Amino acid sequence: MQRFLPLVVVLALVVLFLAMMLSDRNPKEIKSVIVGREAPAFSLPGLKDATATITDADLKSGQPILVNFFASWCVPCRAEHEHLMELARERHIPIIGIAYKDDPEKARAFLEELGDPYMVTANDADGRTGIDWGVSGVPETFVIDGKGIVRYRHWGPVVDGNIEAKVMPAIEGAR
Amino acid sequence: MRALVLVLLMLFATPAFAVAVDEQPLADPAQEQMARDLMKEIRCLQCQNQSIEDSNADLAKDLRILVRERIQMGDSPDNVRAYLVDRYGDWIMLEPPVKPSTWFLWGSPFLFLALVLLAVSRRKAAIGGPTPLSDDEKARLDAILAGDTRREDGQ
Repeated sequence: MQRFLPLVVVLALVVLFLAMMLSDRNPKEIKSVIVGREAPAFSLPGLKDATATITDADLKSGQPILVNFFASWCVPCRAEHEHLMELARERHIPIIGIAYKDDPEKARAFLEELGDPYMVTANDADGRTGIDWGVSGVPETFVIDGKGIVRYRHWGPVVDGNIEAKVMPAIEGAR
Repeated sequence: MRALVLVLLMLFATPAFAVAVDEQPLADPAQEQMARDLMKEIRCLQCQNQSIEDSNADLAKDLRILVRERIQMGDSPDNVRAYLVDRYGDWIMLEPPVKPSTWFLWGSPFLFLALVLLAVSRRKAAIGGPTPLSDDEKARLDAILAGDTRREDGQ
């Protein structure tokens, strides 16, 4: 028995490493700590109308809502954009867009070029709201339930595979 | 010729400043020092194994500005840490905190040390110590120690 101990230890390590490698865990993805909490308070100027004010009160609409941090300089945002369009147009999911550290002019041009899936857009010029939400990069998308509680944070672009697998179930769960 | 080139290269070389913290330091040197010490503890979320103090990432820069701001407002370093952990979780601190979920992490070196010591002592017990000297060997050893170095064969 004692003789096989090293072999057992090595096999256990092989299994452990294989399991870690094959899981879809992304080491760059940091678990969000705001999931389960009330959405962080914010008050930002509108992107299209700088005199408008968009706040966390706009999140409490009684139904699930998405908050999407994006930027015109962000390539993955471009990739996810058509999917946000589809979510908004075909599935009628309200999305609030927050332009993260972007030139408002360029952010507006981005929406003009690719279409505007957002119910309302806010301008987080210095990225402070992003920090309050624990954003480490764009795009990041949050599912907020009708009471304003963060239910899910999607790190990275919302694209084909993970809409059905992750985003939609989170939205359904928030209803 | 080579020496000349070398001298010229040295003359025109500019020192590389590998300092990421390029923003306006705080006016109060004590506060600035406090902020800089804190920055060394905070992980850059884009590069992950660097502190925000030596990262060029955009978010690291924003966090440096934020740290300076909070210190200037009179926050203690603990307040600033709590502020960041509240938003980004423990991960933002380069050194994980000691709490129930990290006890194994912090305790594992001692656990492994204990396991190794246990294994070594068990092995020692299994092999057994050296066999004790026989009476004859003991008598010879005593004789040698007493200074009687005569060979038994009389030479």
